[in-house]
Amino acid sequence: MAGPTPLQLRCCAASGCRSAGSEALQAALLAARDQLGGAAEAVTIKPVGCLRLCGRGPLVALDRSDGSELYAELTPDQAPALLAAATGLGDGQGDALAGRRIDPADPFFALQQAVVLEGCGLVNPESIDDALAHGSYAQLKRVLLECTPEQVRDQVKRSGLRGRGGAGYPTGLKWDTVALQPPGARTVVCNADEGDPGAFMDRSVLESDPHRLIEGMAIAAYAVGADQGYVYVRAEYPLAIERLRLALKQARAKGLLGAGIAGSSFNLRLEVRVGAGAYVCGEETALLASIQGQRGTPRPRPPFPAQVGLWGAPTLINNVETLASIPVILREGGDWYASIGTEGSKGTKVFALSGAVANTGLVEVPMGTSLRTVVQTIGGGVPGADGPNGGVKAVQTGGPSGGCIPAHLLDTPVDYESLRDLGSMMGSGGLVVMGETTSMPEVARHFMRFSVNESCGKCVPCRAGTVQLLQLLDRFVERQASIADLERLEALCRMVGATSLCGLGQAAPNPVLSTLHYFRQEYQAACRDPGQCEPLDACLLQEVTP
Amino acid sequence: MIAPPSAQSPPLAPSSPQADLPPQAVERTTRLIRQHRGRADALIEVLHQVQELYGYLPAGALAQVARELKLPLSRVHGVASFYHLFRLEAPTAHRCAVCLGTACFVKGGGELAARIERRLGLRLDDPAGNGTWALEHVSCLGACGQAPVLVVDGQLEPRLPMDDPAALDARLEALGLADGAGAACGGAS
Amino acid sequence: MSVHTLTVDGVEVAVPAGASLLDAVRAAGADLPTLCHLDGLTPVGACRLCLVELEGSGRLQPACATAAAEGMAVLTQTPQLQEWRRMAVELFFAEGNHVCAFCVANGNCELQDVAVAVGMDHSRFPYQYPNRRVDASHPQFAIDHHRCILCTRCVRVCDEIEGAHVWDVANRGAECSIIAGLDQPWGEVAACTSCGKCVDVCPTGAIFRKDDTTAEKEAHRERPQLLRAARDQHQWLNQ
Ligand SMILES: Cc1cc2nc3c(=O)[nH]c(=O)nc-3n(C[C@H](O)[C@H](O)[C@H](O)COP(=O)(O)O)c2cc1C
Ligand code: SF4
Ligand code: SF4
Ligand code: FES
Ligand code: FES
Repeated sequence: MAGPTPLQLRCCAASGCRSAGSEALQAALLAARDQLGGAAEAVTIKPVGCLRLCGRGPLVALDRSDGSELYAELTPDQAPALLAAATGLGDGQGDALAGRRIDPADPFFALQQAVVLEGCGLVNPESIDDALAHGSYAQLKRVLLECTPEQVRDQVKRSGLRGRGGAGYPTGLKWDTVALQPPGARTVVCNADEGDPGAFMDRSVLESDPHRLIEGMAIAAYAVGADQGYVYVRAEYPLAIERLRLALKQARAKGLLGAGIAGSSFNLRLEVRVGAGAYVCGEETALLASIQGQRGTPRPRPPFPAQVGLWGAPTLINNVETLASIPVILREGGDWYASIGTEGSKGTKVFALSGAVANTGLVEVPMGTSLRTVVQTIGGGVPGADGPNGGVKAVQTGGPSGGCIPAHLLDTPVDYESLRDLGSMMGSGGLVVMGETTSMPEVARHFMRFSVNESCGKCVPCRAGTVQLLQLLDRFVERQASIADLERLEALCRMVGATSLCGLGQAAPNPVLSTLHYFRQEYQAACRDPGQCEPLDACLLQEVTP
Repeated sequence: MIAPPSAQSPPLAPSSPQADLPPQAVERTTRLIRQHRGRADALIEVLHQVQELYGYLPAGALAQVARELKLPLSRVHGVASFYHLFRLEAPTAHRCAVCLGTACFVKGGGELAARIERRLGLRLDDPAGNGTWALEHVSCLGACGQAPVLVVDGQLEPRLPMDDPAALDARLEALGLADGAGAACGGAS
Repeated sequence: MSVHTLTVDGVEVAVPAGASLLDAVRAAGADLPTLCHLDGLTPVGACRLCLVELEGSGRLQPACATAAAEGMAVLTQTPQLQEWRRMAVELFFAEGNHVCAFCVANGNCELQDVAVAVGMDHSRFPYQYPNRRVDASHPQFAIDHHRCILCTRCVRVCDEIEGAHVWDVANRGAECSIIAGLDQPWGEVAACTSCGKCVDVCPTGAIFRKDDTTAEKEAHRERPQLLRAARDQHQWLNQ
């Protein structure tokens, strides 16, 4: 792939580091290089995508012939020192970088396995030539020349890949369903609406390695017989939209999109559609409505989009990470991918780790890695806390549709089924760590408020039920609740979950139900008259440790 | 089933949207609709562009969009009011957004919002704000590593010091979120 | 014409291909409460009252918006479904302001009928007393949003049958409301043909004729289907 390692500084230019000042840093590096001249001129300064440790940005990676190093929390005035470190000159300035060098053997990096993110942080997201040099589009070209659509779908089925958008539906099966519809037009859609608060995996892929996604989409389109596609991106991701648009333009100019791709007879038109601030548009039928310029309200399924989708045609909808996994799967083979992960959940999963944890950022690990490894070893636990669970009270997975997993279950492997069994879900991959002081009824209320704000209002259990649930939770947070409220809360949670039209309403009670399950004493302690509570000792216990 | 009717009904929206829009903006709108070949499915895209033109979506512009895309008025308003990034009223001079995503919430985003509400004398998510400032919530800006975060007039403000009230006040003061800023204009409360 | 056979609460029925589960339930002689559905309009599956359980998987599906398929077995009256229907009706009552004694539709209101059918006499959830509007700007008709249950029948009949598309839904979540034009007074919306179809289909007293006073509203909820039959099948059953 890439030739001999040049002397280079890879500067993170993704949103996380941008908000921490990476643009000024990169400008300072360029200026310092001009000023220093000499040996410094041999240093390539390259903007790249996410270098993972977002919480400590701006980050810069230094590649030398003897290996790579990572520097964190840099300021523009440290640019000369960084260049000096690159050229191996001016050792006297070493102090200026004290505490900024990150040990590459730190478990945060050592335990990760880059599959979807293999190009993220290495390639320049704004240069198709760099992406091509790193192997982008090689699989698309090969597949168009050598494989039938059936063969492509077969590899995807063998890989065991399941949808990364939350529900974990087997990707190969979905592709078959679309491909085997009666003859006619088909469409592929990439769901890049990533609305779960605390989730930024898809954004990182879009900002760091957009060509990988485009290649994956093109392969998917070929495999299901589609000739047009849309990427639906949330409007809150301006940088991702800009880079994706640029990447599409570059790909068209190189004949990798459009008519007769790479000399084959395969055509594909890809367009970006930008959302306008509605979480529910991540739901697939709402997303289709939104692409068609309508209110983003879901509709009952069946028929599924694979049967009746955009403008009535069969439509394949996949998440960003799902599609970005495709090129690697075809390069290494479905069996290779299936050898990673667990029985039911193959491959790797990207998580966005945030909240009360030392290392916040992007983490890609094999499925089945335990939550403890992710949160404590990779994440470094809660800063300043110790003890067996490192100050962790709970880990929230799956965003507003998921639940809170208590610290004593941290040894749970992260895969679709294990999380579901605990009353949470994989969701898109946000992991928010909560420290000891977090109040669980407040967490539940936080998510319910989100659902109230984001409900589309079409069906009554979600539109009116979440409002009632929020008011009930207010009573618990304000310690005004009664035991009857607790019963009402549970009954209504079950009703909203069972009868709502779409996944938003169906999953809205999950944060309440899971905190009720694992932290019931906190709800009981919030009842007006603790004498009403049973078991009584749970409340007393709570009085001691508020 | 026995609910007393509410004390007074809120007024109906002002009538007819045929307002005086700057002719240049009207022309620009026509041109950009043409660029989308007048396709109805471009409605959201068109609304984004029209909002860029005016800073919000004036009723007259919505009427023009409906006419030129050959869509019902109510459909255009229905779409514009569904998506939270579309503004149907002229924005206040200054705007502040507080992130209430989960990571920011865990790091005190809720208290931050409450504090700014008190300082500015306004209500969260009331587009009218206090006349000068409006405060809205956003759900995750993807800057979770810098939580809690604010966006003040388009500028991201990372790592608000929630554990140090004096430092927090100083930071908010420096951002122009002064105590009682614009409160004289009346506003929400 | 091909036929699908299925069972409804154990009773076997055959319905033509293309029929909905609701058609099958009715063919089996069972009845389901419905609010958002109206024959002749595109189903939306919004009120969730017609949910039925698919035997085996236990999945719930809105009968109005689900196609009947060969071999399906559905349950319409499990205790769980009955409880959830009741709760849904409670949520409807708690969400608006329904003062039946003063309503034009008293005695001719589908929400009232459904409340009786599911055995609901009070809501266990607090009434929200929303502050909504009344629009009497139209010369013949008026809309009282306090009584609106957001079934969108008015939106659909005006769009699909009359072709005027005066109405739509604005905002989202609990803030949703039915609007005319650009959220204008109804009387000012030029698209309205004053045909009165929205009055005919509104299940409650939300849209009514100004001439009608308490308990006088007469609805014609069969009209969309008659008009559709005339238009699509050239069968005039509306004499
Ligand atoms: C309320 C709601 C929000 C969703 N948001 C997203 C999202 O932001 N991104 C996403 O990929 N899938 C989201 N989904 C899941 C999609 O509906 C769909 O299952 C997914 O895009 C399918 O892709 P996959 O098979 O690759 O996972 C959401 C679902 C619901 C119910
Ligand atoms: S569950 Fe909520 S978001 Fe989904 S259709 Fe119903 S109201 Fe809309
Ligand atoms: S006005 Fe009547 S028909 Fe229209 S949505 Fe409301 S209740 Fe339904
Ligand atoms: S939660 Fe605030 S930036 Fe993600
Ligand atoms: S009648 Fe079927 S959901 Fe309303």
